[in-house]
Order: sequence, then structure tokens, then C-alpha cells
Amino acid sequence: MSKVRVLAGTRKGAFILESDGKREKWDVSGPHFAGWEMYHLKGSLADPNRIYASQTSGWFGQIIQRSDDGGRTWHQPGTPPGETPTPGPPKAASNKFVYDTSAETGKPLTTHQFYDGTQHPWEFKRVWHLEPSLTDPDTVYAGVEDAAIFRSTDGGENWKELPGLRGHGTGPKWQPGAGGMCLHTIILDPGSRSLETQRIWIAISAAGAFRTDDGGKTWKPINKGLYSQYIPDPRAEVGHCVHHIAMNPSRPGVLFMQKHWDVMRSDDAGDNWKEVSGNLPTDFGFVIDVHAHEPETIYVVPIKSDSEHFVPDGKLRVYRSRTGGNEWEALTKGLPQSNCYVNVLRDAMAVDSLDKCGIYFGTSGGQVYASADAGDSWNPIVRDLPGVLSIEVQTLK
Amino acid sequence: MIRVLLPEHLRTLAQVRGDVEIDIHGPVTQRSVLDALEARYPMLRGTIRDQVTGQRRPFLRFFACEEDLSHEAPDAPLPDVVASGAEPLVILGAIAGG
Repeated sequence: MSKVRVLAGTRKGAFILESDGKREKWDVSGPHFAGWEMYHLKGSLADPNRIYASQTSGWFGQIIQRSDDGGRTWHQPGTPPGETPTPGPPKAASNKFVYDTSAETGKPLTTHQFYDGTQHPWEFKRVWHLEPSLTDPDTVYAGVEDAAIFRSTDGGENWKELPGLRGHGTGPKWQPGAGGMCLHTIILDPGSRSLETQRIWIAISAAGAFRTDDGGKTWKPINKGLYSQYIPDPRAEVGHCVHHIAMNPSRPGVLFMQKHWDVMRSDDAGDNWKEVSGNLPTDFGFVIDVHAHEPETIYVVPIKSDSEHFVPDGKLRVYRSRTGGNEWEALTKGLPQSNCYVNVLRDAMAVDSLDKCGIYFGTSGGQVYASADAGDSWNPIVRDLPGVLSIEVQTLK
Repeated sequence: MIRVLLPEHLRTLAQVRGDVEIDIHGPVTQRSVLDALEARYPMLRGTIRDQVTGQRRPFLRFFACEEDLSHEAPDAPLPDVVASGAEPLVILGAIAGG
């Protein structure tokens, strides 16, 4: 029988929630890495026992953790517990994220725009998102703050920047959003056949969306159709605060975006976007995701505004569109409909691939909600975790 | 034998309890202690000082003998009682909320 494993990153540790395919009874383990901010955990499609985790702290910096047994045990790649260090240079540097400044690939080392409009050098702060390769468990991408993308091909032991993104020319126009200048979304095209030809979509707050068609060597901004009143030219090539992008793997190139304000879609791999906010009560929000089997069924959680980061009217409502946007219905069964003022952050929604499709999201109030019927009804798996930063789901056969 | 007292989160990361005891060959300085500490516990690389610049992370402090040594030069000798192991070098997180 199928199983589901939900990976929850919170402000004070990680939790793993497991159930059988009925998704009624859940076993909860954690906190893993108690006290640390767990920005993101994600399992490999190629090897579901392989899970990568981003463990961060304002005090102690960035740690990458890896599990090879489905989250039961963890180690920092290259430094397994109990292994006696050997003399000489370290054999692994899993915590080391260094921007490429080499003459061959890293120049020019650009600056970006700071909050006050002045130019500011890139400074690594943390990993926001880990995206394992679809085919190789040892290859994984990391989206970091200050915005850049790194790749490891040795299971997270060593990381190398794909500098073509940061250095491709528009960097001085990028600026941090409220959460920092983070690269938070990485989507891999399942149709790509090699690392060198891997098509990748990424999104940065606040720069916008970008795409590479050559494995990360070159990138192009894909923000045509976005309109953002908080930048001098609302239709600028870059500078947009994209909050999240989602794609159904069966339809690479059809993308759905939750922007700071506005829900958007693209049918041409991001070359052009159109607004599909339709009848949403507010089109500000962070999460967006796509049904695993119905590629025109999408989900968002509207948030009141950019100055009031909680759900409107004290009601926690997921909105579903079965038409790829524009026409939305509120999903409320099982969700609090009074006195609720939580937020749902950009990486805190995920779907499983069971039939019916399961939808999961975590809140700033520490609840993780699950729907085993594509959103028709909801139940809390847990109610009292630390604030949830990210949710990912593994469907295990 | 030098004694180093780590913050709780780093003790957990390094899987140690209490003081860490390390041998230093040569001058006992912040840099030589941290070099030896990171060699023995590679998982701590980058958690106390930046991996590129070698600078102390801004929210960490170094105390010993009831003195704040955070702003001493990395190659300045540590107090004799630290070098002898009588007193630990204390690495701790600055109190900044949370």
C-alpha cells in the first residue's frame, strides 16, 4: 500500500509526518535539529530515502543535512558522525557556499540594489530551497540568499555556483524583498536529458523569474506580462517580487505564479504571463500549487495584503480553480472560519500523487493541514508546531 | 590540553557533551584553537567563523577568565590559564532574542 511522508520545516526544527495511503492517521517524528530554522527539506524522486535539509541559524550559519534512510538518521554530507577526521584539507565542504569570483566564470562580480536603493555586494546568508535532481540522488540544486543558485553533484558534499544567473547583467537591479533577497523557487523540466541541457526555472524576491535552457550556463529573465506598482517601471524586465511558481510535471512549460500581488499563468514556459486572479478575495499571497493529476486545477491561499500578512476576515480559506485560474472557489470544510490570523509561506504547500490527490499546507501558527480529497475537506495533522516555513510531500509506493 | 566550551547547538552538531578538549601544538591563539577544533570536528566549519574570510560570525563571542576576548587579534596569545587548560575558552552566542 502507498504511504505518504510529509516533510515540515519550521522555525525551531524539522518534523516528519507519515501515514498510509488513507491519510487519516499520522505518525509524527521530531523535532529534528531542534532549535534551528529549517528552511526546507526535500526528498529525491530517484531515491525516496535520500532527503536533503537546509538547517540555518543567524548565530551559526548554514548547515546542509542529508538522510539516506528516509529521515530516521541524518549527517552532514562528507562528515558522517563518528568518522575520525584525517589530516589534510577537508574532504567535503557541505556548509560552504561561496560565490564564484573566478576570472573564467564568475566575473563580473556584481552588486545588487539594497533596501535604500544603493548598491550592495552579494553576501551569502542561507539556503532557502533544495531541489534534488529528478534522476540522480547525488545531484541537488540550492537556491540561496543573497540570490544565486548552487549545484552539488556529490550528494551535497561540495557546492558550486552556477554563476551565469547572478552575473548575467541585471543583478544591479535586483533588490531584497521583506524576507531578504532570496532565490526560493527551483523547478526542473522532466523532459531535459542531461545536466548540460537541463531546463530550469527559478524565481527571486525581488528580481522575478528566470529560465535556463542549457543547464544553468545562461539565463534569461521571463517576466513579460508582470505588472508591479512598487518598482519605478511597473513592467520592467526585472525587479518583480515573485513569491512562488508551480508546475505540473506532465505539462512542462505551463507555469502558475503567485506574485506579491497577482496570480499569473504562462503557457509558453514563462515567455509571457497573464493574470488569472479572477474572483479571488485578494490576490496577494505566497503559495501556489497544482493538482497532481489535473493540470488545470490550482490552489492558492489568499493573504490580506502586503502589510497584513494573515488570511482575510479571520478565515483560513484555500482557493481552488479547476479552470487554470480566473474562476476560484473557496475551500473551507475543516479549516477555521473565525478568529484565524495565520500566514502560509511560499514553500509551505505541496501535493501528493495519490488518487485522490492530497494537498498539504503549513501555517505560521504551526498547524499542518491535509486534504485527502483534493481540497474538498481538511484535517489538521498537527496543530502546535513552531511556525511552518516549508512543506514537501513524498508519495512512497 | 585546551578546553573549549561550545554553545549548546554546536555541541549537538558536533555530538559532544561538556567541554571539548583539544591539543594545540605551537602558540595558543584564537586561530590555532579554532583550526584544531574544526580539524577534529569538521561539521563545525563555518559555524563559528566565516569559511572564506575567517572572520568570527557576528553573533558569536569569545570569553575567557571573565574577560571578553572577542575583539582580540586572532593570532594574539590566549591567557596562560587557557593555554594550560585551567580555564576554558568559552564560545557563546550573543544574546539577541530568540
